[in-house]
Formats: sequence, C-alpha cells, structure tokens
Amino acid sequence: MKRRKIDVRALPAKAGNEVEDRLGVATPLRSIINKVFPDHWSFLLGEIALFSFIVLLLTGTFLTLFFEPSLKEVTYDGSYAPLRGVHMSAAYASSLDLSFDVRGGLIMRQMHHWSALVFMAAIIVHMLRIFFTGAFRKPREVNWIIGSLLFWVGFLAGFTGYSLPDDALSGTGLRIASAIMLSIPLIGTWLTSSIFNGEFPGDIIISRFFIAHVLLIPALLVALISVHLALVFKQKHTQWPGPGRTNTNVVGERFFPRYTIKQAGFFMAVAGVIALLAGAMQINPIWLFGPYEAGVVSAASQPDWYVMFLDGSTRLMPAWQINIGIGNGYVIPPIFWPTVVLPGILVGLSTMYPFVEARLNKDNKIHNLLQRPRDVPQRTAVGVMAVTFFLVLTLSGGNDVIADKFNISLNAMTWAGRIGLLILPPLFYWVAYRICLGLQQHDREVLAHGVETGIIRRAPDGRFYEVHQPLSTDHKELEYAGWVVPKKMNRLGALGPAVKGFFKPIERPAEAPVSPGHPPVEAPPERREIESKH
Amino acid sequence: MTTPHRSGGLLARMRRRRSVPRSKVRRRIGAATRLLAALVLAGGLYTAFAPAISAQDAPLSPAAMEGKALFDTSCITCHGMNAQGIEGRGPSLIGVGGASVDFQVGTGRMPLGSQNAQAVEKPPVFNEEQTRQLAQYVQELGGGPQIPEGNDLHSGGDIAAGGEIFRLNCSSCHAFGGGGGALSSGKFAPRLSDTTDRVIWGAMLSGPQNMPVFGDNQLSPDEKRDVIAYIQETLGDSNSDPGGFNLGRLGPTTEGLAVFVVGITALIFTALWIAGKS
Repeated sequence: MKRRKIDVRALPAKAGNEVEDRLGVATPLRSIINKVFPDHWSFLLGEIALFSFIVLLLTGTFLTLFFEPSLKEVTYDGSYAPLRGVHMSAAYASSLDLSFDVRGGLIMRQMHHWSALVFMAAIIVHMLRIFFTGAFRKPREVNWIIGSLLFWVGFLAGFTGYSLPDDALSGTGLRIASAIMLSIPLIGTWLTSSIFNGEFPGDIIISRFFIAHVLLIPALLVALISVHLALVFKQKHTQWPGPGRTNTNVVGERFFPRYTIKQAGFFMAVAGVIALLAGAMQINPIWLFGPYEAGVVSAASQPDWYVMFLDGSTRLMPAWQINIGIGNGYVIPPIFWPTVVLPGILVGLSTMYPFVEARLNKDNKIHNLLQRPRDVPQRTAVGVMAVTFFLVLTLSGGNDVIADKFNISLNAMTWAGRIGLLILPPLFYWVAYRICLGLQQHDREVLAHGVETGIIRRAPDGRFYEVHQPLSTDHKELEYAGWVVPKKMNRLGALGPAVKGFFKPIERPAEAPVSPGHPPVEAPPERREIESKH
Repeated sequence: MTTPHRSGGLLARMRRRRSVPRSKVRRRIGAATRLLAALVLAGGLYTAFAPAISAQDAPLSPAAMEGKALFDTSCITCHGMNAQGIEGRGPSLIGVGGASVDFQVGTGRMPLGSQNAQAVEKPPVFNEEQTRQLAQYVQELGGGPQIPEGNDLHSGGDIAAGGEIFRLNCSSCHAFGGGGGALSSGKFAPRLSDTTDRVIWGAMLSGPQNMPVFGDNQLSPDEKRDVIAYIQETLGDSNSDPGGFNLGRLGPTTEGLAVFVVGITALIFTALWIAGKS
C-alpha cells in the first residue's frame, strides 16, 4: 500500500487558506490577534469578574436542569431526614434534592453561589483599580458607566438568585424587598402588587424571579459585558507611564499567543479557586433555614455581602416617619430613604463621576496613560471616602453578628455606625490626602537628592552627613515621570539583588557590602562604588 | 355621686348645706372606726391561719437542708434571707422551681460574677450534687417547674417536628444554626452547641435572662423532646454541614468576609504571579 505524503508543516497554512477562501475573516482576525495588551497585575482584576461570570453560566445551567421554579406545596420526602414530612414549596424541595440527591449537585450549588460572590467582589476591586488610576477619563467614560451598571445588574442577578430556593432566609429577604417597594411614594403599592401579582408572597414570584434570573438578567449581563470588552478592544487598554510608553502607543504583549495563553491559564486559576472555596467552605445551607414561613425570622438574617450595605443603611436609619396630611393622611416610611433614595444617589454619583471630575478640572484631553493614586490626591481621597462610607454601611449590615461575637452592645454598634457614617468618611478623606502628599514629597526628594543609602559619614570638623546616591549622573534634579521612583539601593543595582523566589529563596542572597570601607570580597566588577559629593 | 353646683336646684342646695357641718368630725370618726374593724379582722384571720403556715415550713428534706446551708453562704447576699429577693440585687426565688436552679447554677451562671447585661456561662461553682441540693431547697420553698429525671431527654423525639418548632420559636434569637445572636443593650442569646439536654429543657421551662418561658402549656413535654432532638442531633452534628467548613454558621456575614479574605486574596496573588511571568 502506498502512503500519501503529508507535509505536516504546511497543514496550518493550508487549513487557514481553506477557511479564508470561504469566510474571508483574515483581515479582522489579524487586527484582533495582533492587538497589544500591556502587562501589569492590576489589569487582570476585571478578568477575575469575567471568568467567574463564565463559571456562573456553566454551573447555573447545571442547576436549571434540576430546579423546579414553583410555589406549589409539596411534602418533602428526600434523603435529608430532619425535614422529611415537612410541607414546603416545590422550589425549596427541588433545591434540597439538588443538594442531597443529585450527584454533584451540592458542589455545583456552592460553586454557583461562591462564584457570584467572587463576581461581585471582583467587580468592586476592578472598579477601585479603574477609579484610583484614573482609567475612566476620556475617552473611556462610557465603559465606566457600563461597568457601574454591571455592578447594579449583578446586584439584581444575585438578589433574584438567592431568592429562588424559597428557604426561610431568602423569604425574609423577599419580604424586605417587598417592604422597600411598598415604601416608594405613589407607585409603591402598584409596583409591589404587579411584581408579586397581588399581596406578598403570592404564588407566582418564584416563577417570575426564575425567568428574570436565568434569562433576562444574564442576557443583559452578557450584552453589557460584550460591549464592555468590545470597547476595551476599540479604545485600546490604558497603560502605566514608563520608558517608551506614551499617550499614543501601547506597549505589551500580543493578544495571540502570549496573552491568550496567559488568560487561559488565569481562567483555570479562577475556576480552581472557586471550586476550592465551594469544596472547602459551606455556603447558604438552606437545609438549616427550613422552608419559608411568614413567622420564621432568624437572628443574623443578612443578605449577601454586596446587598449588605443597604441592610446597614436600614439599620442605621432613625425611625423618622413623614406624615402628610392630604386626604386620609399619607405616610412616607423611614425605610424609603436608606433603601430607595440612597442607592439612587449612589447610582447617579458613581456613573456620573467621570464627567464631574472632567468638569471640575476643565480637562477635555484624551488620556491613555494611567496616574498613580498619590499624584491625584483629591481623587484618591474621594475614593477612600466612598470606600469608608460603603464599609461602615456594610459592617453595620452585619452589626448583630459583630456585636454578638465581640461582646459589644448592639445599641452601641448602631450608634457607632450612625456617628461613624458621618465622621469617618471626611476623616479618611483627610488622612488619604495627607498620605498622598507625603508620598509625593518623598518621590520628589529622592529625585532631587538621590536614594538614602543609610550611610552616615563624619566630616573632619565633626559634622555628620547622610550619604545619598543621586539618580542622575550629572546631579541635576530629575523630573517626575509618573512612575515608581527607586528608593532602595538594590533597585539601582548598587547592592546585591533582591532575593528571588515567592515563598522561599531559590538562590543564595549575594553578600551585601558592609560599609564603603569594607567592600565585599567578590563584588561584581560592574557595580559602581558608592560615592558622595557633599 | 353628683358634684354640687352653685346654680343647682333646691335639693342640691339642701345637700350642700347639710354636707358642710357633717364632713369634718363625723367623717373622721367613721373612718377611724372602720380602720380599727379592718385591723381586728386581719389580725384575727392571721392568728387563725398562721399556725398552719408555720407547720408547712418545718419538714425540709435532708437534701433541702444541705441546699439551704449552701444557699445561706452563697446566695443570700442577693436573693435574701428567705429567698424572697432583694430590691435592685436579685429576684425572689419563691416559685421559680428546681428547673431554674438546675439551669442557672448547673451552667455556672449563678453565683453571678458581676451585675452586667446578663449572666454568662462559666465553669460551675457547685458540683452536680450541690446543685441538686440547692434545687431541692428552692423547690421546697415555693414549688415550681422541675426538669424530668435523667440525662437523655431527647431520644424518641421527632426531629422534623422539632425543627419546625425550633425555626418558629427559637431561631429568632438563637439563629438558624443555633449559633446564638445579639439582643438589645449587650444582652444575647447563647449558642446551643456543646450543651446538655437538661440545660435546654431547664432553659425552656424557666425562661432565664431574656428568654421567654416555654412552659408545659406552651410546648408540651413531647414537643420539648422534639426540639431538643433537633438541636442535639441536627444542629449539634457536623453531618449537618455537608458543604464543608461551616464558617461559624453565621450566614452571609462570614461568607462575604471569606470571599475577600480567601477568594479575592488568592486570585490577586495569582494575578501577581501570572503578570510577573514574561
């Protein structure tokens, strides 16, 4: 038998030509493949959100195969003994079956829930990076707005998701949500009865939340994420200032193959960490919560962490009720302010921030280079203020757990939250502002006078000098270029290099010179002697 | 009685005129007579019944005598000479029953360390025998609820029924997982793990600190048995955490903490590691 000769090396090119002849995608693909991404760890935070979203889609699809979105009453007869014979909704019963009787169901449920928490956390961390480095400035305002919306849509996805199992905790959350909707003046009652199809809880809310959670909201998320990524491609990635990096270029790695391979690896790492969390730590043990009944409200009933700030604002809000004497009397309940007005203000402030800053700075230029947080003290301080505000509210959302575990009076926690919410944000604004100025000043000092060597010399007349290593060869004051200023001698190559290795050294540290009077015996010849020109 | 009016009729004027001379002296004499009669009656009744009461006092059982001796050295400061309580220090123990003593003394909550928001559990001062004697003394003082005999008070209980009772009645303070929770002004509901059937029964029966009383009319002994079975066999069992480490069963608070401390931290380190590879 005669074997046909195949030129293996020509195969990819031949396959490529065949595809090109039919689809004609070479030109657009080439520009995508050749796209350059700058390499810095802080640019990978958004990917954590993206990858955990993929895990969410995969695990969520698995869960829909077994979940029954119905409030039909059934009697549980599954393998979890402590609930056997208890009347519950079909939604709750199928969630229990998912946890105990479906092979791999529990870890899928836990992976889904943990990846939701990771998704929201990564969005916040990514957003903080964008904010503190000024990456939202022109031309990327639209992407900032999309990112902010992603948080709020993710918030809705999370809320509709953890309401689905119809356990007592999620029912409590749903009850609070209905109260919040009821508190909205004029439209509150109409809104609530149209969502619940009548009084809370009705018998259709789970089916409605289900279709919102598995179709409408994910579709919206996918659309927003696609536009978000497309804009990153279109507008190119921002980069840190540095040698060869300007406002009009991008220095980094090509999209294919290096960046793609790295990202594939990072996806595996994200999925792995989520699987690890899900395998090691229990989340949302619905079998302990029991089926939802109106009379069951447990201590330590909290929403997931990204909703907790609203719980906190509700706990801190004084019971100020506004009675309006129109007609039979009209009431605006206190819950309206912390749960409707406050998030409304937060959405408005966070999405509009890029325009506010541009307006205040009268800045209409295009910015592709990032700023170090210390170089823009006002923005950094505003960001720290916002984070402090959010943290006080979030901690107040869990204040009963904190009070119980740290033996603090719950009333003291509430008052600490109220006072802290007003005092801490401005205080931390000031602290952050001063730290930024201090760091700036130190950068300028090093640029002007050189790196501190830690060597003190004594002059013949008895005076002491600290020896500085100037950064420029001709002892001129250098200009700040917006990037890290070396502040240690080993950054300049004058001392032995920093020890390599992540957890333990993978090499013996080089002998560092003890003092200029006693140079190391085997000093590398290319190292410069430390000199002082005082 | 109608109040006299200046512009009243003839009858009213006559009554007004008559009431003025009568009121002072006669009314006082009448009141004094009535008071004297009431005192005589009360004293007479007391002397008639007092011997009967003191007759009941006499036979304290030997165990209760031992208990009284312990009471007189350790409890009397706050609860008073005859356990009648002292205003501002300690409540009366008459009628609280042995269940309350078993719970308070058996878990070390009594004797009280200091007057705080509420008594805290600590190593008991009295051993089991002494606790039993104290309980016997308080029981014989004024009766009251008692914990049934035996240490196993939950076998045979219906766990599912107990779970329903627990979630409705107990979880609002002790939380779904039985980890306890905060109440107002530094008071708290303790966690329910590592405790005995008798302690839970005693707590339900006596309603210590801020806990409501779940007497046998509210929760029948069978229902108590169900609840204890649920607490001991489901909440106290690590098999009810099939999902792994339970994070203190504190719900989304610790889950949110864990996602940042473990998840996001690990992923940021991974990002640092991957970005460093070039």
